[in-house]
Amino acid sequence: MPEVWIPTLMRSLSAGQDRVQVEGSNVRQVIENLDKQFPGMKQRLMEDGRLMPGISVIVDGQQSQLGLLERLEQASEVHFLPAIGGGL
Amino acid sequence: MADYQPNTVLSTKEYNVVGTRPERHDALEKVTGSAKYGADVHLPGMLHGRVKRSPHAHARIKSIDTSKALALPGVKAVITGADFPRLSTRLIDVGEGALSNRAFMSENCIARDKVLYKGHALAALAATSQDIADQALDLIEVDYEVLPSVMDGREAMKPNSPILHERLTTKGGPGAAGTLSDDEVGEPTNVAAHYEYATGDLKKGFAEADLIVEEETHTKAVHQGYIEPHSATAEWLPNGEITIRCSSQGQFQIREQSALVLDVPVSKIKVIQMEIGGGFGGKLGVYLEPLAALLSKRSGLPVKITMSRAEVFEATGPTSGTHVKVKMGVTKDGLITAAEAILVYEAGAYPGSPLSPGCQCILAPYNIPNAHIEGFDVVINAPKVQAYRAPGAPPAELAAEVVVDEICRKLDMDPIEFRRINGAKEGTRRVTGPLFPRIGFMEVLQAASDHDHYNTPLEGSNRGRGVAVGFWTNGTGPASAMASVNPDGTISLMEGSPDIGGTRTVAAMHVAEVLGIPSSDIKPQVGDTDSVGYTSSTGGSSVAFKTGWACYEAAQDVKRQLIRRAAMLWEVDEEDVEYKDAMLSHRSDTALSISLKDMAAQLNSTGGPVVGSASLNPRGAGGAFAAHIVDVEVDPDTGKVTILRYTAVQDAGKAIHPTYVEGQIQGGVAQGVGWALNEAYYFTGDGHMMNPTYLDYRMPTSLDLPMIDTVIVEVPNEGHPYGARGVGEVPIVPPLAAMANAICAATGHRVNELPMSPDKVLAAVKNGGNGR
Repeated sequence: MPEVWIPTLMRSLSAGQDRVQVEGSNVRQVIENLDKQFPGMKQRLMEDGRLMPGISVIVDGQQSQLGLLERLEQASEVHFLPAIGGGL
Repeated sequence: MADYQPNTVLSTKEYNVVGTRPERHDALEKVTGSAKYGADVHLPGMLHGRVKRSPHAHARIKSIDTSKALALPGVKAVITGADFPRLSTRLIDVGEGALSNRAFMSENCIARDKVLYKGHALAALAATSQDIADQALDLIEVDYEVLPSVMDGREAMKPNSPILHERLTTKGGPGAAGTLSDDEVGEPTNVAAHYEYATGDLKKGFAEADLIVEEETHTKAVHQGYIEPHSATAEWLPNGEITIRCSSQGQFQIREQSALVLDVPVSKIKVIQMEIGGGFGGKLGVYLEPLAALLSKRSGLPVKITMSRAEVFEATGPTSGTHVKVKMGVTKDGLITAAEAILVYEAGAYPGSPLSPGCQCILAPYNIPNAHIEGFDVVINAPKVQAYRAPGAPPAELAAEVVVDEICRKLDMDPIEFRRINGAKEGTRRVTGPLFPRIGFMEVLQAASDHDHYNTPLEGSNRGRGVAVGFWTNGTGPASAMASVNPDGTISLMEGSPDIGGTRTVAAMHVAEVLGIPSSDIKPQVGDTDSVGYTSSTGGSSVAFKTGWACYEAAQDVKRQLIRRAAMLWEVDEEDVEYKDAMLSHRSDTALSISLKDMAAQLNSTGGPVVGSASLNPRGAGGAFAAHIVDVEVDPDTGKVTILRYTAVQDAGKAIHPTYVEGQIQGGVAQGVGWALNEAYYFTGDGHMMNPTYLDYRMPTSLDLPMIDTVIVEVPNEGHPYGARGVGEVPIVPPLAAMANAICAATGHRVNELPMSPDKVLAAVKNGGNGR
């Protein structure tokens, strides 16, 4: 099962857990299932069915270019980090 | 120890074209001055635009009267913020993770209700001559209610500080952006975002330490210092089509942002990329383009606006002033047990400092089991910051590397050995969470410790050697390329990345390598937004990686089509045809072969043109590390710092064109040295920049710098066809700390506030600096 690392400021939603195992074959499914375990996660990570602007998904050490559509392996490790772009 | 050479490439794999040093394709135009930059645009009937700017750092706009300006003969149009659509504060992602708050983007181009920094645009006009435009500008009457301003991030965080935005609130978490949505309510603040990263047990980690060192560093805003000022020419045709000519770091981003501010569909706008005279992150956003476009719509004529140097300083985007505190604990053997970092980054007038990369880079070079990083994005009454070469990382690494240097001094440890013991490797978990893939930090450290510079003792009084390392994530993004075979066997290459630092030649070299022809047989050009597929901006050290890869794939497409064509010509199976060294040959029948040139001449009679294309959005950019060594001498009477020797070692993955990589390294060091020693925005208490000229904003010249030696280490990036990593940004990361550490070694005192100008160095020497 993919392992999701919970962002530090969202650990209040996961009872302090810093990582959890979540079912899902892509990032979208993992967020949906994460939200079932810890309600409120989806609202912090997605907006209007898309990844929240400003969030980068890191899968297995590499920034994903597919976001919610990125496919995951059983042993994948998923991180949600603030995007690098400074932006306006 | 290797023999000394000023520039060394530690190559690990050789190619025919990649890794060589062909002449750049734009050399003649650049050295003869015939290259056309933004301000070189002249169109029939073109009007001259000027922008009215705020003299106050913070004021409410009570009224603007443009009637007198509009009545002046020769003035064709005047606009204010009220002429632009009022946009929501909804955030959108405009590519490469850059966030845009539509309202803030628009209001930074032209203020609507309040001006938030001196130089903030609040009206614009177009006239038949520059003189008339200048004259008319003074006729625009503005009634202000001047408000108290705040110029320091730490002050802006205090409860009673002047508030810049009534709708700003602190948001935490990865999507933090600091704005209330239209239906939210909350207390206003100047703290737009709060980030936090934690791993392990910080308390336990510090308890295990034999030595704990803490330092706090401060940097002021500095500008990218590109030579070419911003300039935009826009033509709004009666049918609603808009053409914008400007130099930027991304014609597609200018199109998107202009469309947002003007509230028109992107398909109505074509952006033609002019040559760019430097950007370094500062030309990723719109300033003049929407103004010129609306003035053109109002006047019915093309309008050009070009900034003065003072406008560039006061009204574009420098990088953040920063306040960074780092605390690190180590065992007596030099093993890091814990680290803590707090970053306060000033965003300027609108949210969006490079806090995220600052947080993600600050402790990245080290394997730290217990750590905590906390960052704050804070608005102040200064120009809205923009990206600047490895945005956010140099001031972050300044604090971290000063602490590491202090630890080495206290433990009497070799600074490279300390970094080797604690340095990140493949599989090291970063404090921010992800594991490092294959990286070249250990190889960089080895090359640094092997270098003649490091092994030559520094002798003489008032001299010191500094060492610092740095990390940059490197970026990627969508990229497109199109390669057309010409009848003479050359290739016309259209790609989408504005050329900064010779990237069109790097793009061409990818094609040349695949097709086995010289780089000079490729004719690369940067397409406008209607001529080439979407390509994300020239930023994040991404172009050699993403656009190079797109060119590689476009060339592979050409190759496949040529093989198909030869098979048709010879009436054989495609599988029996191979392409090698610009020759098409049958694998077994030696009588069947034809050169690329001969095949190219027959394309139209064998099925038509061959055009290869590729669009992609690759992952795996691969981060880069650098280690810098610098020797300085400090004049004890004046505090002046002279650089005696500078060596920069960097992992390039594979240097596609080593001369350009060396140029990027040397350029990054030069800018970093300027940041360290001289450059800064000096504001009066009420927010007036006191040094908005290159006479007073002191950038280093060739007289201030020695020849900067470079060592290119090549640890291939497994994610790229030739192993390339981004090279343009990481060289600016270590110089701030390397210089600070060298000055400390020379004087015995720390100067933790940049720039380390002679007065500060002298004061440190006379008064004991930070006490050491």
